[in-house]
Amino acid sequence: MYDQSQGVNYLNCSRGFWSWFGTLDHKRLGLMYMWSVMGAMLIGGVFAMVMRLELFAPGQQFVDAEAFNQLFTLHGAIMVFLVIIPGVPAALGNFALPLMLGAKDVAFPKLNRLSYHLWVVGALFFVGVLLTTGLDTGWTFYAPYSTLHSQTAVVWATFGAFFLGFSSIFTGINFIATIHKMRPPGMTWFKLPLFCWGLYATAIMQILATPVLGITLLLVGVERMLGVGIFNPALGGDPVLFQHLFWFYSHPAVYIMVLPPLGIISELIATYSRKHIFGYRFIAMSSVAIALVGFIVWGHHMFVSGQSALTSIVFSAITFFVAIPSAIKVFNWVATLYKGSIVMKAPMIYALSVIWLFGIGGMTGLWLTTLQQDIHLHDTYFVVAHFHYVLVSGAVFSMFAAAYYWLPKWSGVMPNKLLGELHFWSSLISVNLLFFPMHFVGLAGMPRRYADYALQFADYNFWISIGGFWFGLSQLLFLAVCVLCAMKKGEKAPARSWEGAEGLEWEVPSPAPFHTYDTPPVVK
Amino acid sequence: MSEQNLQQRNQRTLRKLLIWAVAMFGFAFAMVPFYDVICDITGLNGKTSTTASTEGPSQVVEDRTVTVEFITQRGEGVNGDFTSATRRVEVHPGEITLVNFFASNPKSSDIITQSIPSVSPGEAARYLHKTQCFCFDQQSLAAGERKEMPMIFYLDPELPRHRNTLTLSYTIFDVTDRVAATNK
Ligand SMILES: [Cu+2]
Repeated sequence: MYDQSQGVNYLNCSRGFWSWFGTLDHKRLGLMYMWSVMGAMLIGGVFAMVMRLELFAPGQQFVDAEAFNQLFTLHGAIMVFLVIIPGVPAALGNFALPLMLGAKDVAFPKLNRLSYHLWVVGALFFVGVLLTTGLDTGWTFYAPYSTLHSQTAVVWATFGAFFLGFSSIFTGINFIATIHKMRPPGMTWFKLPLFCWGLYATAIMQILATPVLGITLLLVGVERMLGVGIFNPALGGDPVLFQHLFWFYSHPAVYIMVLPPLGIISELIATYSRKHIFGYRFIAMSSVAIALVGFIVWGHHMFVSGQSALTSIVFSAITFFVAIPSAIKVFNWVATLYKGSIVMKAPMIYALSVIWLFGIGGMTGLWLTTLQQDIHLHDTYFVVAHFHYVLVSGAVFSMFAAAYYWLPKWSGVMPNKLLGELHFWSSLISVNLLFFPMHFVGLAGMPRRYADYALQFADYNFWISIGGFWFGLSQLLFLAVCVLCAMKKGEKAPARSWEGAEGLEWEVPSPAPFHTYDTPPVVK
Repeated sequence: MSEQNLQQRNQRTLRKLLIWAVAMFGFAFAMVPFYDVICDITGLNGKTSTTASTEGPSQVVEDRTVTVEFITQRGEGVNGDFTSATRRVEVHPGEITLVNFFASNPKSSDIITQSIPSVSPGEAARYLHKTQCFCFDQQSLAAGERKEMPMIFYLDPELPRHRNTLTLSYTIFDVTDRVAATNK
């Protein structure tokens, strides 16, 4: 079906800057997203490590409080807006979605290219922020600090996030259209790979929630530049309105970050257990359920904002419901593993660790949903531990799992086994050393976002910092794996690179040819 | 299914999805005025009416006593005093009560201030009626002036039975620059 005799594939079919940057090919766009996101991740990671350096010991050592404000803001803003939100849907989805559907591309290749270019524009705005006065509002841009007091490049950052928002919306539109219209004959909704279900649920939120963020940040910019009273109470505005609007987006954004990764885990667990996934329909529907419930729980970020007690109780109760579809996923994964013939390849060990670590993040989420506990834990390191368990050892580890899984398809060579396993163990131990003690210092009352801390937290913070440096440096191993694959150093990958892998993406050679699935396959 | 057919159907999907996105932009934009309306109706953010209530109380509920507490805070740019004559009063619903507030301007130039009220719990906001308040208008304070600012209120006799304490908080802001800018 595919002529590989000439050794021509999507990587080497044409050369030059524009053949990549101006490409309409989803595989090239996916790969560019991947490297761009990894670059942004490196910068965001360095900021985190400088923070951990300062928190290594109590007192002020390397950076002052002002600089520290900038560090946690930039770390958060870069990791959220430039890394995780585009990382999973746009980077992994672009490459995998059309191949998994046996489609020759996404529904709108030009829109897809525009999405990537908007990402680049957004990233340039953030570079502008870095080169000028930085940003110190926290990634949440809370008014009235962001609108009245901050002396930093808030407007640049909000414009950057605005462009990134459009990038995300267009990706969402593209993926929904692709899933609706480009499925091959025979692939009914309930034969859709679970990763595609994850992307589908995510796309719904990208389309419906991201515009709200766009407007919110635009209003911040307008209030800052023109001095109109939208959030400023002196002019009749209400700062709490900002929090409502912001979290109306940013809670669903959490699911934009985790639903596709959980879809990946569903794929991997089935593949490496040599079984069909247990409870397919339940897992598929749980993604959609999480997406829909995700729209009505934003108030759980505002328990101490002064909203009425009744409002808080209602939001708290609804938030507990998110645990049900999440637990459905976990139980079905475990049921899939049961009596499966499990193969411990690099993608699988990552997937298994995600079940456990994401589980911890989910459990602490239940603590925080409980109204009385949240009053105590609000804005402490407990919250930091919670969302890093979800986003780092949940979403980022899933991205690693996905990368090891699909690297053969992207590059044509198998990822280095030794480095991959070393990366896993090193990351697994260090990520827990980094984030687990944060639960304890948070419970003991250490607030987040401070450059210094009370002496009794010194021992814990010492170990947290050790974990932080260790985890940061471990990622060089992952970089090494990717570079080795890009340089074609390694065992040549067959079309079906992993035994038991069943998706349509494994029907095409590795690396994928330039044209894939010009005629759609028939799914039985 | 022909290539062109697919193209057309994709375009239609694109249009539908774009409408959703645009609608959500509109929704977020509409939330700004809509939020005010919701808060007016439900008292969600504890804001009280910005105009004097014209009707007096229908009756005085002598057998019920409610505590009203006052909090005063200085907002950005205000460094003078801002206090109330009393920190708490006990009133019967329907009883008209006067409380004096004081603000001073230690600066060597005149300032214009605006005070913003907020009631907690928010649900009680719409049961607090003010017949006169310094927060209805901007208050100018000459250099070195200390000003007495009266506030007259009564509680609605309909105030729910389980509400026995309300807190009325005022934050005073210096809006001199802002007023100067709009008068230009
Ligand atoms: Cu949330």
